Formats: sequence, C-alpha cells, structure tokens
Amino acid sequence: MISIKDLHKSYSIGNSSLHVLKGINFEVEEGELVAIMGSSGSGKSTLLNILGMLDIADEGDYILDQVPIKNLNETKAAKYRNQFLGFVFQSFNLINYKSALENVSLPLYYQGIKRKERQEIAMDYLEKVGLKEWSTHLPSELSGGQKQRVAIARALASKPKVLLADEPTGALDSTTSYEVMDLIQKINQEGKTILVVTHEEDIARMCKRIVRLKDGVIIEDKNINQVLASSYV
Amino acid sequence: MFSRDRWSEIFETISKNKLRTFLSGFTVALGIFIFIILFGLGNGLKNTFQEFFLDDASNAIFLNPGRTSMPYKGFKSNRRIEFKNEDLDDIRQNFSLFTEYITPRISRSALTKYKNQSNSYSTRGVAPGHQFIEKTIIMKGRYLNQTDIEERRKSAVIGRLVAKDLFKDEDPIGKYIDIGSSAFKVIGVFQDEGGDNEERNIYIPYTTRQLMEKSTDRVDQIVVTFPKELGHAGAVAFEASLKKYFKDKKSIDPRDPNGIYFRNLTDDLKRSQQFAVVLQLIVSIVGLGTLIAGIIGISNIMVFVVKERTKELGIRKAIGATPKSVIQMILQESIFITALSGYLGLFLGIVVLKNVGLRLEDYFIKNPFIDMSTAIAATLILIVFGAIAGYIPAKRAARIKPIVALRDE
Repeated sequence: MISIKDLHKSYSIGNSSLHVLKGINFEVEEGELVAIMGSSGSGKSTLLNILGMLDIADEGDYILDQVPIKNLNETKAAKYRNQFLGFVFQSFNLINYKSALENVSLPLYYQGIKRKERQEIAMDYLEKVGLKEWSTHLPSELSGGQKQRVAIARALASKPKVLLADEPTGALDSTTSYEVMDLIQKINQEGKTILVVTHEEDIARMCKRIVRLKDGVIIEDKNINQVLASSYV
Repeated sequence: MFSRDRWSEIFETISKNKLRTFLSGFTVALGIFIFIILFGLGNGLKNTFQEFFLDDASNAIFLNPGRTSMPYKGFKSNRRIEFKNEDLDDIRQNFSLFTEYITPRISRSALTKYKNQSNSYSTRGVAPGHQFIEKTIIMKGRYLNQTDIEERRKSAVIGRLVAKDLFKDEDPIGKYIDIGSSAFKVIGVFQDEGGDNEERNIYIPYTTRQLMEKSTDRVDQIVVTFPKELGHAGAVAFEASLKKYFKDKKSIDPRDPNGIYFRNLTDDLKRSQQFAVVLQLIVSIVGLGTLIAGIIGISNIMVFVVKERTKELGIRKAIGATPKSVIQMILQESIFITALSGYLGLFLGIVVLKNVGLRLEDYFIKNPFIDMSTAIAATLILIVFGAIAGYIPAKRAARIKPIVALRDE
C-alpha cells in the first residue's frame, strides 16, 4: 500500500539546515495498523506529513497504492489527499462554525458529491462513531473525545486508502484515549490501513506493528501482539 | 461559478460568520452611502450656484449713468449723466449689427393693492425685450408688447409670488391692481428661475412709468443684449465701442473712469464658469477621497478575514480543497457580500438624498442628486477593489502548505 525508499528531508533554520529525515525505508501492507513512535524531534511528524502530502520530501521515492507521488503541485496534492488519505489530528481541526454533520460531509463536497447524498453518507459515518444524535452540534458543544470521533468520521467519509493519525490521543485523557483507540482498532479490523504517530507506549501497543524513529532514522521495526483497547474500556 | 452546491456552501459560511459578513458588508455599504451623499450634496451646491449666477441672459451689457469726475469740454466735474429715450434709438441705429434687444429699466418701489391686500413691490418700467434678458417665463396671460409701450398703457405683468400674495386663489388676469395710486390691468403672471426675489417684481411699460413721472423721457438704466456669436472677445470689443460712443455723446472725458458704468455679463459668466469648474473639482475630489477611503476599508477587512480563516483554509486543503477552489470560495463570498451591501448602500444613499433634498435649500443646497451611472460606477469600483483586496491574501493563503496553516492558532 505504502512504499518509501531512502526518504530525506531537511529544514533550513536561518543559515543552518536541520536534517530531520536521514534516509527512511519502509513498506506498509494493506490492512496494517502501524504505530510510528519516537521522542519529539525524532522526525515522526515530518514523516507523517510527507506521507500525507502535507509536506514534500527533498529526496527519495514514495509510492502510494501503486501511484508514484512526485512532482506534486498543490492542486494535484489536494486531489490525492482527497482520494487516498484521511487525516486525524491531535487538535482535531474541525471547522468551528460547522456542525458535526457538515464537518464530516466537507471532504465529500470537495469530491463533488451532491448535497443530499453527502449528508446521508456523513450521517452513516457519524452513526458509526456513535455520534448520530450529536450531528447538529457545533464542535464547541462537543467533548474532546467526541470531537476526535467526529474528526475520524470525517477522515473516513471520503473512503480513503490510508488513515493517518497524528497523535490522535494527544489531547485526550486516558479513558477517552482508549475509546478513540478502540474505534481505530475497529476501523482497522474492517480492513483499513492506518498509521498512528504517537509517543505514548500504551497507545503504540494497541497497534499491530511499531516503527521506532530516532534522530531521523528507523531504529526498530517490529510486529507486536495487539492489545485490545476494549479491554481497558 | 453557478453551481448550486457552491452557493449553498457560501451562504452557510456567510450566515454562520455574521460579524465578519457584517464588517465587510458594512464597510462597503457605508463607503457607497457616504460617497453618494457627499457627491449629491456637492451637486446640490453646484445647482444653487448655477441658479444664483447663471440665471439671467449672459449676453447682456448693463449701462448705468453716474457722475463725471473730470471737467471736459467746458463742463464741470461732478455733473450727473442721464440717459434719455433717444439714447435707445441711437444704440439701435448705430449698433444694429451688434444688438439683439434693447430695453430701458426704471425701477421704483411702490405700494401695490388689490382689494384689501397690499404690499410693497419693486416695479420695473421696461420694454418687451426685457423678457429675454431676465429669462422671464410667462405662466399665464402675456408679456408687455410694443403696443403697450407706444400707447403708454397701464398694463402690468406680475410675478408669481405677487399673484399669490394679492390674489390668493383668484385668477389675476384682467383684474385691476393699484400701483402707487394708479390702476393697472394685470395682463400676465410670470415665474423666474432666479428665485423668490425675482418673482416679487412687477413689470410695466417704461413709457407708462415716464408718463406717471410728469412725462419725463429719462431712463435709469439701459440693458443691451448682443448676439451670442460675438463671443467673449467680441462682447468686450462691442462694450468698448459702446462706451466710446456714449462718452462722446454725453461729453465725458475719455479718461474719466466715472460718468457711466458698464457691466458686461460675459465677464461675470466667465468668472462664474471658472468658479463652477472649481466647485466641480472639489466635488470630484471629495467623491474620489471617499471612494479611496472605502477601498482601503474593504481591503483591510479582506486581509483580516483571510488571516482569520488561515486555519480553516488549511483544514479545507488537508481534506481535499484545491488552491483554486479556496480562492474561488473567498472571492465569490467577498464579491457576493460587497455587491449586495454595495447595492444596499447605493439604495439607502439615494433614498436619503431624495428625502433631505427639499429641506436643505436654506443651506444653499438645491436639488442634490447623483446620476445613476456615477453611483453604479462607484459601487462597481468598490466591488472590484474588494475582490482584488480579497484575491491577493486569498492567493497567498491558498499557496501556503496546509501543515503551516494548521499550525496557525
């Protein structure tokens, strides 16, 4: 599903340049649930941003579902993001003046789906994350966990190939975190490929595979026995 | 551009961001509103000016007798110069090519009565040509004619306000009024663009006036009009030869600045026109300044709006909005708001201008108006600049990477 080879990325800070990713190689098969771990500054978010086409690598190949991702202009990147990827952010990033339902249906709007159909699909996904009754509420009227579930529903609504989650539990307490991870595990069990960036060990243990980054290189890549989040809830 | 879905998305955004919508809409509406009011009032000022100074015929020369200040040909100085009826004929004969109408004017103030109404009005003894000099408009009946002059009839043409004062609702034509103890038959009622004072005059044949004053043939003032084709230079030359002729005839030293006075209206006209140009310039500058202030206002708001939306735009881009669709959304929104509120400001401005228009005549502003094309052009300019002001930051916002926009808190 995902294949990256020899990925490099550096940022220039003033006159000096900071080499963040120093040759990353890894593959993700369809249906995997991968945790990308590392302390802050290890390059894990940069990697996720490149995978999410929110950022562009300096060097290296990136193939997503047999499509080589290169020479991206903004328009092309936007189309790929809309087609292939769903995002879940630490700070939820919901549009604050739109209701839960409208937030979820927004990616469908950019896919050119008609309003009525859009709302039906969005409602289905809200139901799936258990927030059907909250569809008309604004993000400000929802709890952190609920917001993240709306964000997950939004990420899923466009039927992406891959779900990218950047510290999805970072802003949540542990109980809510496990609820969100339970949801992510269920989505994974339905066959969705999911990448989770986290620095929390217990969250990483709920994935099927852990990739550890340190100083811009992969220091460990192993499959693990998944801990079911439902056992904590 | 006309997809229903996109419009509903825009309406949703507009209605859910009321403050933002209000701010940008208000700026444009206010800009247009003030522009229309100021421009309209400026035009009103211009109207008043034109009424004051451009009412009478501009191709006239007024000849006024004075007193000499130099001895000449055996006459002492300080001699009173007088015009006589024969002077009128002399002008007619000697300057026939240069004159259109010649009329004397003998002004007297007299108590005028009708039944039990009375008031003091200025009575002018004139010839028929006077109608064209004052641009008198006959509302009812007729003006004085040559027969009135020759037969020294007691005919009177009264101003609209004289008729209103003395006759109320009665029809004045054919009635007799008492002017300074003589009965005059009212043969006409006139109005004059020159305003209320002009409409409180009464015109009678100058010969009748002379008869009343013990059959003198003295004339207070002579007014001569010349063909407009003479132009300003021709008029000045005509005035000079007329002056020379009269100084010679009345034995006034050619160097004497007094003796007789001439007032040439073309000079006034030229000055008035220059002033009108300056007035127009001031009105235009005020209008332009308001418009520029409006443009700056809407530009500021647009920059602020796009800045405020940076994160939202980042989110939209992360979930699949292309840069083009982001720019289009912002532009469509801003044009929609500015067009709507611009129209509102336009409408309000014109309504207010119409309603205050009549109440401002005391303040030298008459019939303030703005022509539609100017108003619409101003509105369009604001809309276009609002769009440009939105486009530049929108383009920048659409170009920044979503990851940067998302970090923007």
